[in-house]
Amino acid sequence: MAVEKYLRIDRRIIFAIITVAVIASLIVKFELPIPASEPVQGIYEKIDSLPQGSRVMISFDYDPSSKEELQPMAIAFLHHCFSKDLKVIGMTHYTGAPGLADLAMNSVAKQYQKTYGEDYVFLGYKPGGASLIINMGENLYTAFPKDFYGKDTATLPALQGVDSLRQINYLFDLAAGTMIETWLVYGKEKYKFEMGAGCTAVMGPDMYPFLQSKQLNGLLGGLKGAAEYEALVNKKANAVSGMRPQSVVHVIIIIFVIFGNVVFFISKRSGVRNA
Amino acid sequence: MRRDTNFFILIGTVGLFVLANIILMAFGKLPFSSDGFGIILGAGITLAIYSFLYQDNPAFKIAENLYVGVSLGYTIIITWFNFLKPDLYEPLIVPLFSSAAEKSPQYALLCPSLLGLFMLLRFSRKLSWLSRWTFAFVVGLGAGISIPRVISAFILQQIKPSLHPVFSGGETFLSSINTLIILLGVISVLIYFIFSVEHKGAIGKMSKIGIWFLMISFGASFGYTVMGRLSLLIGRIQFLLKDWLGILQ
Repeated sequence: MAVEKYLRIDRRIIFAIITVAVIASLIVKFELPIPASEPVQGIYEKIDSLPQGSRVMISFDYDPSSKEELQPMAIAFLHHCFSKDLKVIGMTHYTGAPGLADLAMNSVAKQYQKTYGEDYVFLGYKPGGASLIINMGENLYTAFPKDFYGKDTATLPALQGVDSLRQINYLFDLAAGTMIETWLVYGKEKYKFEMGAGCTAVMGPDMYPFLQSKQLNGLLGGLKGAAEYEALVNKKANAVSGMRPQSVVHVIIIIFVIFGNVVFFISKRSGVRNA
Repeated sequence: MRRDTNFFILIGTVGLFVLANIILMAFGKLPFSSDGFGIILGAGITLAIYSFLYQDNPAFKIAENLYVGVSLGYTIIITWFNFLKPDLYEPLIVPLFSSAAEKSPQYALLCPSLLGLFMLLRFSRKLSWLSRWTFAFVVGLGAGISIPRVISAFILQQIKPSLHPVFSGGETFLSSINTLIILLGVISVLIYFIFSVEHKGAIGKMSKIGIWFLMISFGASFGYTVMGRLSLLIGRIQFLLKDWLGILQ
């Protein structure tokens, strides 16, 4: 059948079309509106409402395999925190995260002339997941006696007045795995801090029930969430420019899906006729 | 013949990549420094990984194995410097065996250290029984901590919005509709998963509605997954066009 050959298109042709579409839409610049959705607005408004000097903890729970989605979120969120003069405390449950977290915190802090130890700290990596969170909830200094650079955490001015998670004003978890649920179960529920999250797009739908139940006050889902936050803090970067190819390729995929279905039904109908 | 063609394609591609980097460095698009060579390495590995979309090849295999090796090496180093050294080696091992140590050893660390070592004894036939002590500790502690917290966070907290009054004070008409849809979704999906009753009549109709809710949620998950995978591709192409080739600003 003439139509059936379209059901057996070499998938490499589709890969090539997608690649060309991404490259073309990155090179050809055009503006697309990026309105902030309610979950993204929730995080933005919370950070905006915090008084100067409030403590925000960021848990960088991702590694380089999710960098493209979560690193832009981290950078946009850090811009917002530092522009509001909030004290930022970074940590991670992932072995692959320290390099990315360190890079994000130091590069953004430098733009706002923030000093390490006074305005922000990076506690580094510790294994344990749930037990680490419980340990931090009881005593931050036994969980992290030293920071990422080997300095005694008890002597760092940015941590003065913080004994445990109970003194954290807001926790933002950037996660590529199950850490959001772990933070909710062992951290937020027990130590009663407010929490928002940023996650990969794949995890996005699973997080919506926590928004509905108000266990999360906001959510950045995938590159779109990152782009919305970049637009809100007026620091348009990789996530915003990534929305052009994202939109173009989505249209192409929708066309492919419709085309595949039309060809499938035509071939099925002609198959029935021939039989 | 086919293998020869693939070999020449591979050699040709590698040659083109080397040539492109020489040109980029000669024209100052890439710095002749460790940063520049880092970008070249990143670009090369990115292209090698994506070459799998054409077909499996030695460049992909090298990049794949390199990724596994580097990840493991990085994990070992980070675990040593962030965890084992400050939390075990310095407070327990150094004071135990060094007379110059300023602090006395923290003997309390012996317990978790021994339990950790017992876990490794699973590799020994004679001593593997000791690992059961560790597992007993982990299972007992884990269950004790998890059960009440998980019930509270995942069941009780999730039931609350499902039982939200449809027409409570201050609710808009649309949010009331939303509450009704959530209620219908929860009940119909739960009915779909009751397999001890035949899905006929009212039960059958509700379970069909449940299937529709499930299908919509699978569609949303698929859409988000497409967006996630595309984001990774976009990020890599941004790196190639911006950092490596310098086409994007």
